[in-house]
Amino acid sequence: MEKFSESIIHIKHLSKSYRRGEQIVPVLTDITFDIPTGEFVALMGPSGSGKSTLLNLIAGIDTPDSGILEVGGENITLLSERELADWRAANVGFIFQFYNLMPVLTAFENVELPLLLTRLSFKDRQERVELALEMVGLSDRMEHYPSELSGGQQQRVAIARSFISDPVILVADEPTGDLDRKSAEEILAILDRLNKEMEKTIIMVTHDPHAAQTAHLTRHLEKGELDVRN
Amino acid sequence: MHFLKLILRNTLRHKLRTGLTILGIIVAIVAFGLLRTVVDAWYSGAEGSSETRLITRNAISLVFHLPIKYQDKIKKIQGVAEVTHASWFGGIYITEKNFFPQFAIDSKTYFNVYSEYIIPPKDLTAFINDQKGCVIGRKIADIYNLKVGDTLPIRGTIYPGIWKFTIRAIYDGIETKTDTSQFFFHWNYLNESKKRVIARSANTTDWVGVYAINISEPNRASEISNEIDKLFKDSLAETHTETEKAFQLGFVSMTEAIVVAIRIVSYLVILIILAVMANTMAMTARERTSEYATLKALGFSHGFIAGLIYGESLVIASLGTLIGILLTFPVASMFNAKVGTLFPVFGVSLETIYMQIIAAILIGISAAFLPASRSAQASIVEGLRNIG
Repeated sequence: MEKFSESIIHIKHLSKSYRRGEQIVPVLTDITFDIPTGEFVALMGPSGSGKSTLLNLIAGIDTPDSGILEVGGENITLLSERELADWRAANVGFIFQFYNLMPVLTAFENVELPLLLTRLSFKDRQERVELALEMVGLSDRMEHYPSELSGGQQQRVAIARSFISDPVILVADEPTGDLDRKSAEEILAILDRLNKEMEKTIIMVTHDPHAAQTAHLTRHLEKGELDVRN
Repeated sequence: MHFLKLILRNTLRHKLRTGLTILGIIVAIVAFGLLRTVVDAWYSGAEGSSETRLITRNAISLVFHLPIKYQDKIKKIQGVAEVTHASWFGGIYITEKNFFPQFAIDSKTYFNVYSEYIIPPKDLTAFINDQKGCVIGRKIADIYNLKVGDTLPIRGTIYPGIWKFTIRAIYDGIETKTDTSQFFFHWNYLNESKKRVIARSANTTDWVGVYAINISEPNRASEISNEIDKLFKDSLAETHTETEKAFQLGFVSMTEAIVVAIRIVSYLVILIILAVMANTMAMTARERTSEYATLKALGFSHGFIAGLIYGESLVIASLGTLIGILLTFPVASMFNAKVGTLFPVFGVSLETIYMQIIAAILIGISAAFLPASRSAQASIVEGLRNIG
């Protein structure tokens, strides 16, 4: 597979800490690495190593204490909260461990959600949503509510929602963590297709070495620091 | 469109909880409407008062009467158009529960001064020509199923004995707020009867309760009042003259503590349901923390999240209020039927409905304020950790 040499994500001396009462707990310390465009990266590490925090920072739902974090050439640490929201809507697709679908919306409506922030007409939105659900093999489940779908099907709806607005990067936090082996394989296969066929840059946090094998690049975190052995 | 869809579907998500909250709002809105209507009814006498009418009573107290000879003297004062009089009778129709005010009146002038009471001319003539005749209001006629020609026995409490009257006319009000729960008969009949029973008692005969005076120049009401009172200064019965509205408010002020208590209770009802509603919205927002965080992660603004919570709160409050307002009318009617003629004018006013709507908006907005602020400001990362 052809890889692009330029980096879509540029991380330099990134640090993040949380305050716990009077104590300041460092979570990420001086993280520096780049993610090339079109890459599929797995972030691994033990619990508390800071991998989810790093993913949150890359996705623009958390802010670092210091350092540079450029996504697609834009230093997102300089954006205001409102600007970050707009930036996420245009550039990031989210896949969560517990799917995070709106229980009162159908599969179609859940996938359509990110498009409501665009100027697309209903007809255009409809075409896109139907195509996305077809891609994840759920054309026949469009009018089903999340409670009427299995875990694997719900995660496929969530994946369709993640790429419906054609974002630059997809971030997945333990996307197979709540699934059985068969469903997990299906999800990983879809992510692999998104990476290979649609050339989406995917950053996936996982505990599962098998899931990490789907990625082409693995980064290990240990106590908030990048494991230089990788 | 999607925003409204999301609000409506969220509202119906916990049907039992939403249903019970709406039920609570219905009860509160009906109670609020009913209590406001009771307060309005309390003031209805003053509200229905004419601006061109003065009331002259004994300066010492309403309990003491005024000589009949004052009528002609008052009439001679410049600006006075017509003078009539009325005396409280205080009788009982069958049982004490059947309360309605009874007045002995100057039958020839009374309905000229109180032109808001509409009587068919031939019925009025029949009343004037029958010394034992009486006129009753439409409300009394409806409640006790009485009609013209019926005999109405009244047991006197101030003037002992059974007084039998023949209904010669039924009056209607010129407006819905006009009091049609009164009973009128001839003062001459009362006066002559007193003369017969209490012979040669100059202290109780030829006296009247109050004078009602129509004035031709309403802007001179104060001046004319002073002239009347000045006329009878240092006499056997000094007078106190005031506008009819002030006279009626004097009655209301005697029971003002009760009115204030009712008003406070009506606002407390709204405060209680506000607390219930706020609790419902707080629970709702807490349960949906991860959903709101997801929406924010997808790029939806804080305002959108706050709008969802405010919208849901307003939908619940509006549904409860709409049903509550619709139910206020039959409940008020049932209440009115139960209390009979205790309140001469009893009806849900437009102002009460507006207040119910304002209460609903306040409940909807206030209940959502804290949950909406917290949810909108909450960190996305914290919200996503909360697995609903």
